[in-house]
Amino acid sequence: MEEMKKSVLEYIVDEYLDEDDEDEVSFDSPLISSGIVDSFSMVSLKRFVENKYSIKLPDEEATPEAFDTVNSICDLINKHLG
Amino acid sequence: MSNIESYEKVKNNFSWDIARDVMDWKDGELLNIGAICSDRICARGDADKTALIWEGFGNRKANYTFDDLRIYSNGFAQFLKDQGIEPGDRVCIFMDKIPSLYFSFLGILKLGAIAQPLFSAFGDESLEVRLASADTKAILTTRKHVRKVRKVMDKLPDLKKIIVVEGDPAKLKDGEVFFDVETAPRIERFDVFESDSESPSVLHYTSGTTGQPKGALHVHSSVWGQALTTSWVLDLKDDDIYWCTADPGWVTGTSYGIIGPWALGITQCVLDSGFTSSRWYQFIQDNRISVWYSAPTAIRALMKDGNELVGEFDLSSLRHLASVGEPLNAEAVIWSGEVFDGLQFHDTFWQTETGAMMITNFPGMEIRPGSMGMPFPGIEATVLDLESHEPVTEPGKVGLIAFRPGWPSMFRSYWKQPDIYRSKFVGATEDAMPDELRMNPDLWYVSGDRASIDKDGYYWFVGRDDDVINTGGHLVGPFEIESALVEHEAIAEAAAIGKPDEVNMEVVKAFVTLKPGYEPSDDLELDIMNFIRKRLSPLAMPQEIEYMDRLPKTRSGKIVRRYLKAVEWGEDVGDISSLSDD
Repeated sequence: MEEMKKSVLEYIVDEYLDEDDEDEVSFDSPLISSGIVDSFSMVSLKRFVENKYSIKLPDEEATPEAFDTVNSICDLINKHLG
Repeated sequence: MSNIESYEKVKNNFSWDIARDVMDWKDGELLNIGAICSDRICARGDADKTALIWEGFGNRKANYTFDDLRIYSNGFAQFLKDQGIEPGDRVCIFMDKIPSLYFSFLGILKLGAIAQPLFSAFGDESLEVRLASADTKAILTTRKHVRKVRKVMDKLPDLKKIIVVEGDPAKLKDGEVFFDVETAPRIERFDVFESDSESPSVLHYTSGTTGQPKGALHVHSSVWGQALTTSWVLDLKDDDIYWCTADPGWVTGTSYGIIGPWALGITQCVLDSGFTSSRWYQFIQDNRISVWYSAPTAIRALMKDGNELVGEFDLSSLRHLASVGEPLNAEAVIWSGEVFDGLQFHDTFWQTETGAMMITNFPGMEIRPGSMGMPFPGIEATVLDLESHEPVTEPGKVGLIAFRPGWPSMFRSYWKQPDIYRSKFVGATEDAMPDELRMNPDLWYVSGDRASIDKDGYYWFVGRDDDVINTGGHLVGPFEIESALVEHEAIAEAAAIGKPDEVNMEVVKAFVTLKPGYEPSDDLELDIMNFIRKRLSPLAMPQEIEYMDRLPKTRSGKIVRRYLKAVEWGEDVGDISSLSDD
């Protein structure tokens, strides 16, 4: 679980934050509600998760709330990994 | 009783001078939107009235009075003047929905310069194209977004001033200037530029099928149209608390998120945080919002989150709802009536070029769910036959939505592109200049959208008449996306279309062929998506990419988007005899 969280967090920092961004992002940091990831960009984050873990997340479960923190994203991944 | 009282009555006795009555306008007053929205409201005795209730992410909150608007817009006007900005210069506002966006917009107008608001989620390439087109002289931005400006500034010789309005001044780089209006000395008096009805005010960029985005230029007299539609369609009254959810990087956010409501002295709310349904409902509850102007994409997202969530909040303050951006589907109208205590969203139709609402559902009028409503009084609208370009007389027959030119908030030109402006008018002569076109009552301005009119005069939206993609209520040009796609190292050729989407109406789908040495893969698809998201914007990012061996082309080599779109939408592909066999 810890590795998964690190991997998702690393992707978010690489793709959605700039190199010199001062925002500290942790496993609990809000992503959608803070505006770090907007609702359109959430599609690419969902795609990353699906590719990385070879799962398919149903649209009705991939909500802004479910994608709002690294922790909640990993909960969703784990649910679909069985 | 609604402000408009009776649509039929005002339609038959209409004059744009009614806007002056609604604003209690006196002869000789200064027609400058910056002053109208701040100084004038203070002068009428409402200096201490709340103008802006602002909330940002992380529970940051601030309230500002109309006197604050006056002082802080003076502050921006004086600062820009001290920086050498002159009337007519283009000044870009590139920031999230923070209070300084609103203060600076009014300040730029007070100085007589032209405000060029741009959506802060634009990537560096989208930013560069728009700043280069407008020969923008200064940009106001934030620590978060200045990085994108730094990437392109060397390619913008006209950009003389980069002004950062919040954050740590120690982090600025050479050539950048820091200005925090709220901590700077208060500017009590500023000599407002004496604009007239035709003085340029706002430059909004909008996308077309071909070429790069075009700058639609507006003038200070647009306020007549914006104020009157705000009064009659949004039905705002002195004691309302109003929320327009649009970002001022787009025209709704300036016409109805700044100019219309503040010209009438209305208190408005701004929420600068990411979208979640519960956050929005909480915002309405906490601020006792009474009039809410939103977008179909947001409304459909709220619908998806269900009726139960609505019941967790006290939304009894709401009394009037309206919507803009793309057609509001009948289900959403009916749903809103069910969950918001009988209140249905009133759909409104207009566009960047029109500057103000053109076809709308009015308070007190029967809403026919799914219909755009009827033309605003004083607006002569029709649909033109797709072939003959003559007005359609047969109810239900689809044609091009068109308007007689001359309404106050109509755009005056496309920035430095008079030929494209001319091409929007049916019946224009080859050498007609923008001022002649705008005042010619024999012409039709063609909107680029298709609709039909029923026997009772209600308009029903059908779709775009071109390849422009309407996603989440924003127009995205396929050419801009395709140009960026072929800059990706793996892509040889590309086509972009809109594909149907339950929430956003359309999302971008790209068809690509790959260069030798590259193979289709999920990882490549994600890489291409992120490439476009960063270069252009999240809106332009393809949400699906289809790899093809070759793209459909005409014999002259032009990619045929029409064919791809017809296949995607399950429609008749039409005549394909001109397609190449290769």
